[in-house]
Amino acid sequence: MILPASTLTEDDVSTTGAAAAASVPISGSSPAASSRPGYTSLDVQLSGVGRSFGDHTVLRDVSLRVAPGEVLAILGSSGCGKSTLLRAVGGLDTGSTGEILIDGSAVQRYDERTAVGFQEPRLLPWRSIYKNVSLGLPRSLSKAEGRERVDELLELVGLKDRAALRPREISGGMAQRASLARALARRPGVLLLDEPFGALDALTRLKMQDLLLDVHAQTGTTVLLVTHDVDEALQLADRVLLLGMNAGDPTAAEGATIARLLNVPGSRPRDRASAELAALRGELFSGLGVDSHTH
Amino acid sequence: MPPTRPISRRLTSDRDPSRSTHHAAGRCSGQDARTPGRRRRRKLPGGGLLIGAVVPALLLGLWWLVTEGTGTFSPVQLPAPQTVFSAGVGLFESGDLIDHMTISLQRVLLGFAAGAGLGLALGSLLGLSSIADALLHPTVGAFRAVPSLAWVPLLLLWVGIDEDSKVILIAIGAFFPVFTAVHSALRHVDAQLVEAGRAFGFHGVRLLGTVQLPAVVPSVFSGLRLGLAQAWLFLVAAELLASSEGLGFLLDESRNNGRTDRLLLAIVLLALLGKLTDTLLGIVERKALKTWA
Ligand SMILES: Nc1ncnc2c1ncn2[C@@H]1O[C@H](COP(=O)(O)OP(=O)(O)OP(=O)(O)O)[C@@H](O)[C@H]1O
Ligand SMILES: [Mg+2]
Repeated sequence: MILPASTLTEDDVSTTGAAAAASVPISGSSPAASSRPGYTSLDVQLSGVGRSFGDHTVLRDVSLRVAPGEVLAILGSSGCGKSTLLRAVGGLDTGSTGEILIDGSAVQRYDERTAVGFQEPRLLPWRSIYKNVSLGLPRSLSKAEGRERVDELLELVGLKDRAALRPREISGGMAQRASLARALARRPGVLLLDEPFGALDALTRLKMQDLLLDVHAQTGTTVLLVTHDVDEALQLADRVLLLGMNAGDPTAAEGATIARLLNVPGSRPRDRASAELAALRGELFSGLGVDSHTH
Repeated sequence: MPPTRPISRRLTSDRDPSRSTHHAAGRCSGQDARTPGRRRRRKLPGGGLLIGAVVPALLLGLWWLVTEGTGTFSPVQLPAPQTVFSAGVGLFESGDLIDHMTISLQRVLLGFAAGAGLGLALGSLLGLSSIADALLHPTVGAFRAVPSLAWVPLLLLWVGIDEDSKVILIAIGAFFPVFTAVHSALRHVDAQLVEAGRAFGFHGVRLLGTVQLPAVVPSVFSGLRLGLAQAWLFLVAAELLASSEGLGFLLDESRNNGRTDRLLLAIVLLALLGKLTDTLLGIVERKALKTWA
């Protein structure tokens, strides 16, 4: 079940295409390569990715392949570089070293194949929810097609009857749903979500997790989901990537890297109380430096 | 859409009892949508316009009272309201009044348009481009530090005592408030919104029109209204200093001729015209804020 970072061999990193897709073990009812008509799901290949700010190294040697359609949760303590990694994949940050390939070609600045759901909804306050969602539409779409797609997305996230309202007139959970719809509007091959439900109350968060699973079932898109919630990761992800220092090796270089890469068993929605998940939960908590027995 | 279960129904239906907690939350968050609009102040009976007219009416009454036979003020010190009114009628019938008002209004509008336009352009440039800001802001700041009336002698020397020098002075007065408002508002546009705009494929002019300009609309309008007030201030300065027509000239001429009635008339007209232009700009502002904020 547990895949230590060291088992990520050169092979795993350098092979591309369908062969590699087949070689990546994905648990349960893997949605890999099962994207629906009109949607794409692309693979993401990280090779030796690092990022430093000045002489402060935040990330180093991050190498892994995310299969098309996979949901990868990224966990790690605060400030360890989760957002930094996500921003590098989306082309929001250009200062990283190493190589990031999406569908075999290097990430572009603000890469169109990706879409970002930020931690804050980041909706334009002077635009209606409808117009905020249409902000995410690709430029190539005709007006009529765009309208149709926004209607479809608002239906999907349950905001159809709020379309005309401004962001300040809806609740925080609704704003997050609008932000998710906006990210989906370009039908991204890779959906990047940075703690999208972090600011929500527990019940709304559960509802949003269900929504995300439904969206994923419908679109089949690849998802990189940053979260600080171990249970959220176990509920949503095919694999969980734990970023952290190499605690076992005091001589290791500064900067976080892959501390654990775990397969999560079982098809979704998963039973939150299952024993298998409990074992993984303990593993992740100890990886985060938390003694799971006191929790 | 693929033939999967429509998701929106899952958010609202109560088919599946095991999800009932979620539904409770769903319904709840469905209802807590904020009511549109901000809290209004309580409506006053008769509307704000009437209330606002109370104090001017009282002042007018007081003015009439102290000039009506009490002998507190000589007619040269303070003429009666009706004297001022008939002075206005007299000037109106000779056609002078309309001329004075037209030329003043024309100068203000031209100067304001030029100054505000330049302020918008330069404020946008420096607000958006760090390079332009580093290059030009110290210079603009130095010019701003010069009290604007200090330019008058130089303008008279270079441009001469004609329309141009007055319009330029008014433009200088209108420029700085607009420039400062636009510049600092653009510098402080929410960086997260700008990043979100970029992430969704907006850049350059489209990003400007979609995120940055709408975000600064409220500040731009307060800058414009300040600029308009400055324009009227500099109009009077220009016309007092060197002019042969206009409301400022009327002020100066009336003082020289001891025509206090006309002097007061000019002040009242300046107040009315200033208020009128500000109100018109305010109407445009309200329209813009409805769309943008
Ligand atoms: N633009 C930047 N300039 C300098 N340092 C930065 C910058 N962005 C991030 N960092 C540093 O990189 C480190 C990782 O930041 P990052 O935002 O990726 O953390 P995170 O894992 O997302 O944390 P959190 O869970 O709190 O969101 C932090 O120490 C932060 O100070
Ligand atoms: Mg973060």
